[in-house]
Amino acid sequence: MMSRFQKRVGFSFTTVALLFFNAAATAAPLKLVLTGSSTMAPLVSEIAKRFEAKNPDIRVDVQSGGSSRGMSDVRSGMADIGMVSRGLKAEEGDLVPHTIAIDVVGMIIHKKNPVVALTHQQILDIFTGKITNWKAVGGEDRKITVVNKAEGRSTLEIFLSYFKLNNRDIRAQVVVGENQQGIKSVAGNLGAIGYVSLGAAEFEEKNGTAIRLLPLSSLPASAENVRSGKFPMARPLNLITKGTNSDVGRRFIQYSQSSEVRDLVQAQFLFSPQP
Amino acid sequence: MFKLSSFFRLNLDLFWGRLFGILTAVVACLVGLILFFLVRESLPVFHELSWKDVFSKSEWYPMSGHFGMAGMVFATVAVAWGALLAATPFGIGCAVFMVFLAPRSLMIAMKMILAIGAGIPSVVFGLWGLTVLVPWIAEHQPPGASLLASIFILGLMILPTVALTSYSALLSLPSSLRQASLALGIGIKGHVLSVALPAAKNGLVAGMILALARAAGETMAVLMVSGNIAAFPSSIFDPVRTLTANIALEMSYATGQHRAALFASGLLLAICVLVMVVFAHFFQRHRIHE
Amino acid sequence: MSERLFEMIIWFVAALSFVLIGTLIFDIGRLGTSGLSFDFLTQLPVNSGRAGGILPILTSTLIVLCITLTFTVPLGIACSLWLSEFVERKNAAAQLAKIGLDALAGVPSIVMGLFGHVFFSQFLGFGFSLLSGGLTLSCMALPIFIKTTVEGLTALDSDWRRQAAALGLSKTTLVWNVLLPASSPAIAAGLILALGRATAESAALIFTSGYVDRMPESVFDSGRVLSVHIYDLAMNVTGGDKAAYATALTLTALILLINVFVIWVSEKWLKGGALNL
Repeated sequence: MMSRFQKRVGFSFTTVALLFFNAAATAAPLKLVLTGSSTMAPLVSEIAKRFEAKNPDIRVDVQSGGSSRGMSDVRSGMADIGMVSRGLKAEEGDLVPHTIAIDVVGMIIHKKNPVVALTHQQILDIFTGKITNWKAVGGEDRKITVVNKAEGRSTLEIFLSYFKLNNRDIRAQVVVGENQQGIKSVAGNLGAIGYVSLGAAEFEEKNGTAIRLLPLSSLPASAENVRSGKFPMARPLNLITKGTNSDVGRRFIQYSQSSEVRDLVQAQFLFSPQP
Repeated sequence: MFKLSSFFRLNLDLFWGRLFGILTAVVACLVGLILFFLVRESLPVFHELSWKDVFSKSEWYPMSGHFGMAGMVFATVAVAWGALLAATPFGIGCAVFMVFLAPRSLMIAMKMILAIGAGIPSVVFGLWGLTVLVPWIAEHQPPGASLLASIFILGLMILPTVALTSYSALLSLPSSLRQASLALGIGIKGHVLSVALPAAKNGLVAGMILALARAAGETMAVLMVSGNIAAFPSSIFDPVRTLTANIALEMSYATGQHRAALFASGLLLAICVLVMVVFAHFFQRHRIHE
Repeated sequence: MSERLFEMIIWFVAALSFVLIGTLIFDIGRLGTSGLSFDFLTQLPVNSGRAGGILPILTSTLIVLCITLTFTVPLGIACSLWLSEFVERKNAAAQLAKIGLDALAGVPSIVMGLFGHVFFSQFLGFGFSLLSGGLTLSCMALPIFIKTTVEGLTALDSDWRRQAAALGLSKTTLVWNVLLPASSPAIAAGLILALGRATAESAALIFTSGYVDRMPESVFDSGRVLSVHIYDLAMNVTGGDKAAYATALTLTALILLINVFVIWVSEKWLKGGALNL
């Protein structure tokens, strides 16, 4: 009994010793740390994998967080590159954006909701709580469930700035974090209205999820219209750096903007910034 | 020679005792370290607002400097106690069933289901709640994501804990109690209600405290089904936001004051739970003296 | 209320609980098996986890658990021995330590995550890494482990202690040669209980071990664990539901394996395996 116990303890110590030795023995590769937007994290992780395959001596660590986090990490030097899923504001001039993709935010309602379109003013009234029943906008007699995003998310900022709203004016019944939570919340509620990534919503709609996109503009959401900025609630997905950047960082950004990763951008239901 | 070795042994005992004592102190002080870091990180927010504001208001708009947590404190307490109240009759019922009524095969099946249930990670409960339970409630009482949904999911989550701890509390009663009841001609109902449950009271309460702590600290499952509105709910069908969900929802997006405010909500939560634990500790000590 | 009615109520309550938990388990099984295969367990994730497998994520999970184990076992055994063998039960310091441990057990996992992020990742400079994650989980596992082990040690026949004293054995000999081996089933049970809790943890690990789904190469690498992967697939990756449920099934099965082991070990212990030494 005794010796078995000792072996067990001994084994644990050996494991840790080996792990540490392993860490020390591996020649430290160049490490690039990216933090920020959770919308961008899956895409950038995929780009990073392909980049690593081409440059075996470089490790790219992608940490999901949020845009504001990415920005503060780049400023503090915690991260080499930040991921910010919106355009930079005037007071953020110390940072340089590099657009790698464009995302569009779209309004969604439940598939069985008979309402086919809403005017700008109607959406405004619904989100500020002036309209609380679908009957008022030509739908069934059903309570409206407003699905809003949590504070700090760029989707919320895009939505607020497009409709010129303050978050304190919004009367939401559900607040969600990530994109898919928004889609699932709307799909599970006949009276719900929310806003999510257009590409993701289109994919889910095609695959039979019970949601429907509401047109916000007469223009189709084609790549061309999105790129030219004509389409409403489009946002650039940016890699951001402080003025100076390491050689590796520059190479990674160039690679992320190149045509070599276009298929990855499309696979995440996003638009490429270059035609 | 003998004296020397016994002296050496004594010293070895002393050595181990001291070493283990120091290590225990280190581990026990981890709580202090946790509190210290929470206080340190949340300090910036207290330069601008007072505890009074935090407790009396429920306007949570961190981007514009409003940090009222009253609604979230209420929600945290309501969800945890609601889940406990919902799970306790079922949990104890299951335990009574397994100990007194179930045929052996059903008892084993029940135990297995409970053991598996206890092992399901909370993320999975949340996923199930978001895709199955919330839409079902929304059909009858929109928005679906609500205090009720949170209580249901958390109650289901802690049900196995309550059932299994109650089961072992009932099982650990001396068999002489049952024999005495049988000899006196007391049926199962009388035995359970008047003998077994009162006798196992301390064990049952200990299990409930465990379940309550788990419910109060649960994050991911609640985040997915509660609706996350930081205001006071006016009915059980209204959405709520708990302190834990608040941290998970916004932490990775927060900087500056906002981040400090989230650390403050973590501190608040930790203090709530610590008070509960110390209370439970004295309760258990009392039990030993009985 | 008649005897019969009481029995019916209990049957009803038990049946309802059984059906509710059973439905949930059935749903996970039903939704998870369609995506689960040998390839799923042995391949790299492709396209943000929508396709491919979970090998690196499974690996990260196991490494984090190993690290947790490495810190929990020696520290936990030291604390348990001190509390049960080296001090009087009424000792004020021991009482205080017990309150500290109970409090530690009560710290919500998300708060533990905040602490781990600030202390291990930032203050000690481990960054987002498996090490930070494992250490944070150790803080959660330690009090559970210590509690079970102390109970196991206390339950041992106190005659042994008296006999050892009569034989002039030192406490050290008694502990290492008699008490610890005899209580090893309890130690194992506590350990697996603590590990089960740690395996299911997601909130604390998002902030400490991070999001990277690459195969980890050292403990200083960031690595995504199973529960974080489920959360990301379900909440952040469009079209990731199938893989999310398959991962959920894998995680549940992993925890179940640990649980079955606990029940087996603890029942063996209850039947007096240790005392028949």
